[in-house]
Amino acid sequence: MAAAGSERAGTVPQDGVRRGGAAHADGGALAWSDAVAAAAIFAVDPHALGGIRLRGAAGALRDAWMAHLRELLGPAVPLRRVPASVDEARLLGGIDLAATLRSGRPVAEAGLLAQADGGVLLLPMAERLRPVAAALMASVLDDGALRVERDGFGRVTPVRLAVIACDEGIAPDEAPPALLLDRLALCLDLDGVHDRAAALAEVLAPPATAAQVQAARARRAGVAAAPALHEALCGACAALGIASLRVPLLALRVARAAAALDGATETGPEHAALAARLVIAPRARHGPVAPPDDGPGDAVDDAVDDAVDNAARAVPDDASAEALPEGSRSAAAPEAAPGPAAEAPDAPDAQDDGRGAANALAEVVLDAARAALPADLLGQLSGGAARRSTGTTAGRTGVQQRATRRGRPVGVRRGELRDGARLHVLETLRSAAPWQGLRNGTAALAGRRRLQVRREDFRIVRFRQRTQTTVIFVVDASGSAALHRLAEAKGAVELFLADCYVRRDQVALIAFRGCAAEVLLPPTRSLARARRCLAAVPGGGGTPIAAGLRAAAVLADGVRRRGDIPLLVLLTDGKANVALDGSGGRQQAGADALAMARVLRAGAIRALLVDCSPRPQADAQLLAQQLGGRYLALPQADAARVAGAVRTARSELV
Amino acid sequence: MHLTNIKLVADGGTSAPAALRAARTPGSHDANLAASQAPAVPGPFPFSAIVGQDEMKLALLAASVDPSIGGVLVIGDRGTGKSTGVRALAALLPRMRVVAGCPYRCAPDKVAGLCPACQGGAARAPRSALLPVPVVDLPLGATEDRVAGALDLERALAEGVKAFEPGLLARANRGFLYIDEVNLLEDHLVDLLLDVAASGENIVERDGISVRHPARFVLVGSGNPEEGELRPQLLDRFGLAVEVRTPTDIAARVAVVRRRDDYDRDPAAFCARWESQEAAVRKQIETARRRLPAVVTPDAVLEQAAGLCLKLGTDGLRGELTLVRAARAVASLDGDKRVTDRHLQRVAAIALRHRLRRDPLDETGSTPRIARALAETFGA
Repeated sequence: MAAAGSERAGTVPQDGVRRGGAAHADGGALAWSDAVAAAAIFAVDPHALGGIRLRGAAGALRDAWMAHLRELLGPAVPLRRVPASVDEARLLGGIDLAATLRSGRPVAEAGLLAQADGGVLLLPMAERLRPVAAALMASVLDDGALRVERDGFGRVTPVRLAVIACDEGIAPDEAPPALLLDRLALCLDLDGVHDRAAALAEVLAPPATAAQVQAARARRAGVAAAPALHEALCGACAALGIASLRVPLLALRVARAAAALDGATETGPEHAALAARLVIAPRARHGPVAPPDDGPGDAVDDAVDDAVDNAARAVPDDASAEALPEGSRSAAAPEAAPGPAAEAPDAPDAQDDGRGAANALAEVVLDAARAALPADLLGQLSGGAARRSTGTTAGRTGVQQRATRRGRPVGVRRGELRDGARLHVLETLRSAAPWQGLRNGTAALAGRRRLQVRREDFRIVRFRQRTQTTVIFVVDASGSAALHRLAEAKGAVELFLADCYVRRDQVALIAFRGCAAEVLLPPTRSLARARRCLAAVPGGGGTPIAAGLRAAAVLADGVRRRGDIPLLVLLTDGKANVALDGSGGRQQAGADALAMARVLRAGAIRALLVDCSPRPQADAQLLAQQLGGRYLALPQADAARVAGAVRTARSELV
Repeated sequence: MHLTNIKLVADGGTSAPAALRAARTPGSHDANLAASQAPAVPGPFPFSAIVGQDEMKLALLAASVDPSIGGVLVIGDRGTGKSTGVRALAALLPRMRVVAGCPYRCAPDKVAGLCPACQGGAARAPRSALLPVPVVDLPLGATEDRVAGALDLERALAEGVKAFEPGLLARANRGFLYIDEVNLLEDHLVDLLLDVAASGENIVERDGISVRHPARFVLVGSGNPEEGELRPQLLDRFGLAVEVRTPTDIAARVAVVRRRDDYDRDPAAFCARWESQEAAVRKQIETARRRLPAVVTPDAVLEQAAGLCLKLGTDGLRGELTLVRAARAVASLDGDKRVTDRHLQRVAAIALRHRLRRDPLDETGSTPRIARALAETFGA
């Protein structure tokens, strides 16, 4: 499904998230000129501003912007590329093996962060950055110093850095870690900017030159902030629901840098407006709320408010997507996608040409043939297929259960260097160290001493691969039983979360009703976050099971890509009455639901269907069979029993 | 590629690792050279200049008056000044008496809890020195050998001698250990910390070394609950838990941004401006420490504390102990000779907030429950 969505770049993708493409009325000229201005501002004072978050796919436009930035930064501030999968060992550094062996005493090797001191780190595909790497960069940005305690070395080094995070994420839960984003001042979006609009913008407002940036750097310390600037920026942040106090501080610095670039000695309203547009507006969590004291209004205040309003109005979908960054990143009602041919049910569409009697006969024959097959043959086929397909791990990132050289290192043991085992250099040296005198002998006391390492000194690293499971609850929020079911689902989610810390599992929640499905709780392990997101959930409406299953498939795909194992838990009574395209009709809806279920089974996603209708229904049983998952009838589905069932299913998963 | 060490020597803050290493291995690395080249580092953001956050300041002051309270956990959203508060405390603590030359900073006047070297030399009166209280950072990506201590590789390679190189836990003895982003801490490090914090002793058995040394420290951690839950065992290890939130009124936010901006532009001048208030707080902590043993806890107050914990259903007795100790510390800070209900009420939330997790289905957070129980117990 993800593949089908991405083919149609430029139209609305299947998961309903707009990426700003259609939202630019002027072809993106304003966005481009903002981006170019931001590059110049950043170049004036890179380390104080922290960095830039650049959203947009890789391409010619992004490369052009990057080249422009490189030219502005000049040779004094080098740009250094860091892969997003970098781990903490490479960032922090460690022992320099060659120098240690040569000199006979431990010599440290600087890691990436220390080597990049005074420069800028460039992170392509930043949405794949690991939380620990992000936390390390964040701590360096905060303190201006790098604290390292590993591999026998303990030191504190002053390091000044800035970070440019290139966010290429498409799905709503693909974003760089928020920990890092909070410390990057400027947020730019190059999505949907057309080349012609960019060229036009550059003609109308020529970008700054390197010489201007250099002059601004010399001036930047002398710029004062306008008297009401602090109030204006804080007021704007509060009105837009931005909780972090770093944001107004960074906006202040951006305004100062902009003023330095213009040659002014004090920040003016236009600098404040630019800061609001670049720093505050992209982080808005809801539309602007009128400030309580609407007095005679400062020029600065008004300028900031106007800029914020314009930005919020100009890109409504981006703002609404940003408006719920941590909570329910809802898939907006999926637009009537033109004939998702891939997911269309196989049986009925062939009959849509109005040949009445012949149709009826064909259907009758089909049903008869189905009825003739033994019931358990179908079950065997579906069950067997599911088990076979889980065996294929080629080409999938992360879900490698059997590899013993991936995962987290958990200790060191004595061993031989074969089968790709990783040598733990420091422990090997430590075990060889006490024997040097004996091995080198008296002859080596004069002259060069070489480190003698024998086979029995080798120590290799043991890894433990993660087997994290993400349990995705897909809940039917339609109709009269909605409240009860939702309450049970919420209870089950919280109960399950309560013991998740042991296994490092995550929980997500999707609810479907009306004609769409909504991701209420993105995958999380945090009880605090779950409570917040589950607080207000609406119920009632039709039952679009197919839409719910599709949303679950998209989420499960994202989970897989991150290297975790998804487990689907579906709480429904199986009576679909809204089809995938939003139209009514029980038959089409049921067929759509079954087709989606088959797609899920083909993707080898394990599922558990909990039937909470008063009496066990054939619809639900059929759906469970097509899903290739387990069926559980719980007429009085209460939270504890659901949680228990999920626990059992999960323990069988691994 | 040899990395030149430039060690920061913060005043009154982190213990001097440069001095320690230079003393042990003269002439190696560039420690001596680097120490003389170290640029003058401005002090951290002053404690008394932090706007609002009264709960966090109270908890940190109480923890520094009475280390047996057991540490402070600061939880809250991004950008709320968690790390700022803890680092500011480092500059505030008064100096303490140690045995001169002891790598574990043993107290000269104690007879128990000494390192093996100090125990052996108990016959002679040891020379004492005044050193700043260590506030040691446990940085992200620390490996276990650096935290617990291990074989001194350099001496082993150079001289072939098996010597123990003390780790962070040794350096934090009688001081504070600060963990930023405590939810991201690795599991095996959490296990090690729990073990050492419970027993007060660090036992190292690796690389052919067998060493046991005292490691009594106050754990201070900061983190964001949205990024992952803490294990209950680790949560229980922290005596006080503080929730930090962004101030809601604009004036306070503007004040925070303004002060932070002034500090960034000219740290030295900013610190100098607040120096007198910092000195006042430092004196307050010193006198509180001195007066603490003389503070009287009446039986009525003990009964109230027990009643409160029963009503809230806290697990075990640690909640009550922490509550009473914290109340005593606050009373001492205020200059009162007796602990009263008022002190109990001030510390109830921070002492008991994280010990309440009983019913995950209960929608109400911990703070309202504590407020309700307080209202019922004290009839406020």
